[in-house]
Amino acid sequence: MAEVLAIVGETPRAKSLVLNVPGWPGHLAGQHVDVRLTADDGYQAERSYSIASPPEQKEVVLTVERIDDGEVSPFLTGEATVGDRFELRGPIGRYFTWSPQDGGPLQLVAGGSGVVPLMAMIRHRARNGDGTVARLLYSSRTRDVIIYRDELDRLAGSDDRLGVVYTLTRESVPGWQGRTGRVDRAMLDAVAFAPELKPHVYICGPTPFVENVANLLVAQGHPPGRVKTERFGPTGGT
Amino acid sequence: MATTRGFRGKRQGAEAGRVPPGQYLTSDFPVLSAGPTPRTALEAWSLVIEDTKLRELYRCSWRELLALPATEVTVDIHCVTKWTKLGTRWKGVSFDTLLEAAGTEPPSQHVMAYCDGDYTTNVPVADLRGGKGLIAYEYDGKPLALVHGGPARLLVPHLYFWKSAKWVRKLRFLNADTPGFWESHGYHIYGDPWKEQRYEGD
Repeated sequence: MAEVLAIVGETPRAKSLVLNVPGWPGHLAGQHVDVRLTADDGYQAERSYSIASPPEQKEVVLTVERIDDGEVSPFLTGEATVGDRFELRGPIGRYFTWSPQDGGPLQLVAGGSGVVPLMAMIRHRARNGDGTVARLLYSSRTRDVIIYRDELDRLAGSDDRLGVVYTLTRESVPGWQGRTGRVDRAMLDAVAFAPELKPHVYICGPTPFVENVANLLVAQGHPPGRVKTERFGPTGGT
Repeated sequence: MATTRGFRGKRQGAEAGRVPPGQYLTSDFPVLSAGPTPRTALEAWSLVIEDTKLRELYRCSWRELLALPATEVTVDIHCVTKWTKLGTRWKGVSFDTLLEAAGTEPPSQHVMAYCDGDYTTNVPVADLRGGKGLIAYEYDGKPLALVHGGPARLLVPHLYFWKSAKWVRKLRFLNADTPGFWESHGYHIYGDPWKEQRYEGD
C-alpha cells in the first residue's frame, strides 16, 4: 500500500504524488508502477504510471497527467489528498531504464507527460554527479503544460554537461527562447547528439510522437538497438 | 480488500465478462513497442521455421505465405499495459497450416518467435496448435499496418498481447521454455490474462 505524503501541482493538468511505500525495494530510473484503486463495492481499476523520482529518493514520486475521460488519473489528480492510501505494485519494467554504468551520451526526447520517466533519469544523473553528458529535447503543446520546467532550468543552468531544449507545437510566445514546431530532422540535427557520438536514446511520449521521432533518428543513422521507446495513449491513426 | 476513499470508477457494461481482471476496454488500438518500427521490404521478407538444432525446417517468401490456406478469426485481445480490445478481426495462416506446409510435426514443446527489431517471445507449442496461433497479415480487412506489426505478426490472442510478436520472421523450436525479450525484463513467462500473469512471480 502507498500513502500519499504530499501532492505538488506541476501544471494545470499534472500533479506529482509523493508516496510513502513501506517495503519499497528500490527502482531503476525509467521504471513504472501499477496503481490499483478499489471502490466500496469491490470494483477495481488499474493503470500504469512512470516513476518521476530518482532511485536515491526514499519516497516514490509519480507525476500524473489528468485524462478527462480517464478513470484513474482524474482520481489521482482530483480526488486524492494527503493521507489517502491505495495499492501500488512495482517497480516494473527493466528495459526502458538508465543507470550511470550504462554510460552516455544520454539523449532524451520527451513528448508531453512522456518526460516523467526521463526526469527520473535526469534526477538520477544529477544526484549521482557522474557527469554523463546528457541532452533533453522536450516537446509540449503550450508553455503552461511543460512539466518540471523550473527544476530542469535550474539543473541545466548549473551543469554545462546537461542541455535542455523545449519546443512548443501549439503556441507561439513572444520572446520565447526555445524552439517552436514539431520535432523534425532539422531540429534533431541542430540539438540532438549525432549518431557518430553513439548516444543512448530514450524516447517517451504519445504514440504518434514517438513513432515520428524514432523513425527520424533511425533515418539519421542511429542504430535501432540504441533507441529505446515508450509509447502511450491513442495511436492517432487506425 | 482495502477500498480507496472517494474512488468510484467507471463500471463496464454488458461486456464486462469479456474483460480479464485489471483490464479496461478501449476502442482505439494502442501501440506499444520497445524500439523503432522496423521496415523490411516484402521482396526481402521470409518466414522461417527452425528445429531445436537451428536447422531450417521450412521457409516461405511473402508470396508463398499469402498462397497458403488462410484463416480468419475475430478475437478479443488483452495488453499487459491494461487495455483490452474486443472483437478484433484478423486474417493469416495458422501455425497448424504452416506445419502442414512444412510437412513436419513439432520436434519439441516450446517455440521462440524471432522478429525484426531483435524482439523475441516464447510460446508453448500447445498454445499455437489447434488453431490457437496465427501468422497474421490482415487486420480489420486491410493489410496489417507497420506500427501494429506488419507485414506479419504472430497472433496468440488468449495470452497477453506481447506474446503476439510484431514483425515475426522466425519460429524456432526449443527443448526447454526459455524467456524471450519481455520475459527477461520482469514479465511473466506464460502470460495468461485471465490469471493476471503479468509479471514474474504472478
